[in-house]
Amino acid sequence: MIAINHLRFHYPKDKMVLNNISLELESGNIYGLFGKNGEGKSTLIKIMAGLLYPKTGSCLVMGERSERRTVKGLQEIFIVPEEFELPGIRIASYARINAPFYPNFSKDRFNALLEEFKLGPHERIGRLSFGQKKKVLIAFGIAANTKVLLMDEPTNGLDIPSKSQFRKIMASAVDQGKCIVISTHQVRDLHSLINHVVILDNAGLVFDRSLYEVSEGLWFGKAQADDTEHLIFSEASFGGKSVLPRAHRDETEVDLELLFNAVLTTPEQINQALNIATHGTTV
Amino acid sequence: MDFDNSKPIYLQIVDFFYENILIRRWQDNERIPSVREIAVMVEVNPNTAIRAFTHLQEQEVIYNKRGIGYFVSENGYGKVLNIKKKEFMGEVLPDVFKKMRLLDISFEEVRHAFDQQKNETDHEKK
Repeated sequence: MIAINHLRFHYPKDKMVLNNISLELESGNIYGLFGKNGEGKSTLIKIMAGLLYPKTGSCLVMGERSERRTVKGLQEIFIVPEEFELPGIRIASYARINAPFYPNFSKDRFNALLEEFKLGPHERIGRLSFGQKKKVLIAFGIAANTKVLLMDEPTNGLDIPSKSQFRKIMASAVDQGKCIVISTHQVRDLHSLINHVVILDNAGLVFDRSLYEVSEGLWFGKAQADDTEHLIFSEASFGGKSVLPRAHRDETEVDLELLFNAVLTTPEQINQALNIATHGTTV
Repeated sequence: MDFDNSKPIYLQIVDFFYENILIRRWQDNERIPSVREIAVMVEVNPNTAIRAFTHLQEQEVIYNKRGIGYFVSENGYGKVLNIKKKEFMGEVLPDVFKKMRLLDISFEEVRHAFDQQKNETDHEKK
């Protein structure tokens, strides 16, 4: 669905933000795009949406370079940016004006999503809070029914009950024909939704694996005394959890926060342990 | 649904099914919610829900009627009872025994506590 090849990007007169990124994103998945602040998550999402252009390398969305921004391509891609402006008109008017750009837009779905988010189509966007505006855009993005849905920090600005609504809505939005990318550092809000993890660090791609692969190869939890020689990564705090090669241990739920910290600290060791688990070799 | 963060989520969904069957909310041969409905209910990726359904089918607790949906098996209740009993005897009890030894709690003390609680709940029912 999205194929990124040796992509490089930097802002004018600034250091490299994305340095030689190669990445394939398939439909049917929800990708979690993680990285520290300023590591290029938003930049990568903007490149996928055709809002920024690669300096070298390419980003193909459904076989076409994203910077070409063809009508056919843009009909199948929707981005929910972290920060945005919406006109102060009624929600229903906003949908009526923008829906024609998306041939698969469903008005019924949009209204159902608004209801789920406790918003009415006749409310004026100008009078909504930031979180509510975000809900309008999320609802529109899902109702637009595009093949690619990109969301940059979608849970920022949402209150606690809304985060649960958001997860329910996303769970219902997954479709074998759709590719969803969510960038976030609020790992806890989304850990039950995403099924593939991509981590950016130091302008590079340091991790790109399905959660299935991770839970097959790694074990997360409190290590016993005799495990210490196998430890890949350990939290420093008292009672902290560790990452170990899973070997014959029972499967544990992937602790995304722990995985993220482990990857940033010892990317080679984590990737090596997973390579051994999946291929039986270090190559 | 609140997840325990050590057990894989798909197995926690499996436990949720077991509980519904044990408390007879879902009867034998009764239709149960779809993969998508469960995914939305517990707020997980549908792929995770599919894993739970596959596991339950392998345990022969549920079965799929093509084009109609999933149902609790003929003897679903009995099967779940067996699975959960095995789990209790094999995992929960050894843990309790270990603690009893550690804290020097006798069998009689446990029996007493058991009877007392039973009396209390019987009273509540009346």
